[in-house]
Amino acid sequence: MLFRVCARLIAGVFFLIWLGGCATPQTQALLKTHPRQLPQQMELSKVPFYPQETHQCGPASLAMALNAGGAKVTPQDLTPQVYLPGLAGSLQVEMLAATRRNGFLAYELAPKLDDLLVEVAAGSPVLVLQNVALSWYPVWHYAVVVGYDLKREEIILRSGLERRQVLPFTTFEHTWERAGYWAMLALPPGRMPRTATEAAYVAAAVAVEKFIPPKSAEAAYDAALKRWPRNLSARIGLGNAAYAQGKWKRAEKAYLQATLDHPKSAIAYNNLAQTLAEQKRYPEALALANQAVLLGGPEQDAAKNTLDQIRKKMRK
Amino acid sequence: MNSRFMRVTSRLLIASVLGLGLPLQSSHAGLVGTDKVAVSAQSQSERERIRSFLDREDVRKELQTQGVDVYTAKARVDALTDEEVQKVAGKLDQMPAGGDIIGILFTVFVILLVTDILGYTKVFPFTRSIK
Repeated sequence: MLFRVCARLIAGVFFLIWLGGCATPQTQALLKTHPRQLPQQMELSKVPFYPQETHQCGPASLAMALNAGGAKVTPQDLTPQVYLPGLAGSLQVEMLAATRRNGFLAYELAPKLDDLLVEVAAGSPVLVLQNVALSWYPVWHYAVVVGYDLKREEIILRSGLERRQVLPFTTFEHTWERAGYWAMLALPPGRMPRTATEAAYVAAAVAVEKFIPPKSAEAAYDAALKRWPRNLSARIGLGNAAYAQGKWKRAEKAYLQATLDHPKSAIAYNNLAQTLAEQKRYPEALALANQAVLLGGPEQDAAKNTLDQIRKKMRK
Repeated sequence: MNSRFMRVTSRLLIASVLGLGLPLQSSHAGLVGTDKVAVSAQSQSERERIRSFLDREDVRKELQTQGVDVYTAKARVDALTDEEVQKVAGKLDQMPAGGDIIGILFTVFVILLVTDILGYTKVFPFTRSIK
């Protein structure tokens, strides 16, 4: 009897020592400094709720995030896009990929609690990965953050079978930290994450381009150029989206700007030449295609091809 | 029936079904795609390497072993960026996959119950953690 009590005590002591090493630095920092004028509390109560079926927290969470942005998609639609029966779960990269397949921009957030809350405050539900058990006994789980309360130090999620799960910041941080602080947004093209960085946003826009109508791609690149007017990928992307819609003038303007901002970009010259050729302005196009070939680079073959095509048309 | 004929027919059928899942925007002749802009000459060859790698179906097979059929696997791989493909290839087993809370052993159950109450984990819906 005595032995049993002792065993429990010893176990308890070890347990507390073990827990002592588990701080929640992000929560502490957040509550100490009030970052970026975050509102005291926020709850996106309009975000729909899909209770998950067995192992289907990935499809359910993604469906909630997408529907919040105006998509009409059910977890059942998403299961064949993200679920892996062999793993009984969904991979993060596939959550990002499926977001794009459904025409939404997938943006991975920086691993920071205050960035997460800034996005929620800006009206975007945030999809998070949690390890709700222990590092040596992981139980992975996707959920959607829809609100928080700084005063009560609580975070509000749509999670599993719970429409409104309220967790203390510290509990959430523990479970989130064990999943590498992974969080993502699913945004309609044209909307910019509040915490967006240039490289990450433009890469996300380029990745979604082929899954969305050119008009939406145009909106996504327009948003980028408003903030980072000299970004080459966004400028070329804007041109390509305009070109795909047959808006030659708008495409021409974008490519021309690209050649001015980045005179060494063979792609800018090549695409400008192509756009002028579409307008049958062959002499100008020829000069620009020549320039593209001279600049070389990995797309030199494409430039040579453009040049050949223009020459052929001029001979006709 | 002629097995060779069957093979050819089924291949054609597979190819045509795969075509259904292709991305919206096809590239236009003469135009260089946006995804080529941020690519240096060096990583371009890397990109080509991944493309041919994909053609060999290695990555798709990897997904298939996880229980995804070939048609959806193809469409799913298409939706990944090259960078993401690199991450996935060969690493599926180590990557975390969010699933459900099932199969927890009883020994772990007790520990998790306590850690739940202390706010360190969140496995059980009925626990309220003490701050």
